[in-house]
Amino acid sequence: MSSEQIIFYILSFWFVASSLAMIFARNAAKAVLFLVLGFFSAAGIWILLEAEFLAITLILVYVGAVMVLFLFVIKMLNIDKSTLRAKFAGYLPLGLIVALIIIAEMTLVLGSSQFGLEIMPSPERHGADYSNITQLALQLYTTYVYPFELAAVLLLIAIIAAITLVQKDEIKRKKQSISEQVNVKARDRVRIVSITSPSKEDK
Amino acid sequence: MVSLSDYLILSSIIFCIGLAGIFINRTNIITLLMCVELILAAVNTNFIAFSHFLGNEAGQIFVFFILTVAAAEVAIGLAILTLLFRVRGSINVDVTNSLKG
Repeated sequence: MSSEQIIFYILSFWFVASSLAMIFARNAAKAVLFLVLGFFSAAGIWILLEAEFLAITLILVYVGAVMVLFLFVIKMLNIDKSTLRAKFAGYLPLGLIVALIIIAEMTLVLGSSQFGLEIMPSPERHGADYSNITQLALQLYTTYVYPFELAAVLLLIAIIAAITLVQKDEIKRKKQSISEQVNVKARDRVRIVSITSPSKEDK
Repeated sequence: MVSLSDYLILSSIIFCIGLAGIFINRTNIITLLMCVELILAAVNTNFIAFSHFLGNEAGQIFVFFILTVAAAEVAIGLAILTLLFRVRGSINVDVTNSLKG
């Protein structure tokens, strides 16, 4: 057994174990922490597959931003723990049966007779001078530049949508009222006051 | 050496765990969102495994966009969740069946 296999099986074990712990966790905050462990294991597996940039992105963006956002929402919503326990086991047999059937079918389809090392040999490892992020950037900024910009627009839309959804009071929002601006009269805004300036001869 | 089928079976197991989680956790929308994240992680592992074994970086580009879309989805999903909690006072899935137009 090579060291690559040992690392793969250790990371896979923790990925599967933390995923199982996540879906069976009673407490939502604990579920988030188990998912963080699962994402770390997934990042290790991705590094094993020479996708270093995406592995770092998974940890920085997912664990650092998205999971923390989950934790924030869980802590702010103050969810009653007793309601989480209700009807927990009702769908458990159905879910387990469906999952086991899919795993069995996938194992048959994806077994080593279809995707084994004989059919799909493991590629040569790149040397130390190979840069994954350079290769990704070359593709991303040439071939996939329009999808890249669309992704940026999508993130902007997501920001605007999230802020608009949770905006509470509309009074504080700065907005224009076009009809009021058009119908304004000059005498409402400007008041002409006649002032007699004291002349020097009065002194 | 680790073969491609090992990676594919691992990602299918993770996918099924996420699917079972959606079946099991019918009382909490936050856990449903996390199960969707788990399914997406499984799909990303699939993409990266194929990208490595076929020697083509396009799979990794695809994972990049999946991560972007998933981040946007989580932001909007949690905003809707906060709104739901504000209106209904609960985030149970059972409460949301009262959407009658």
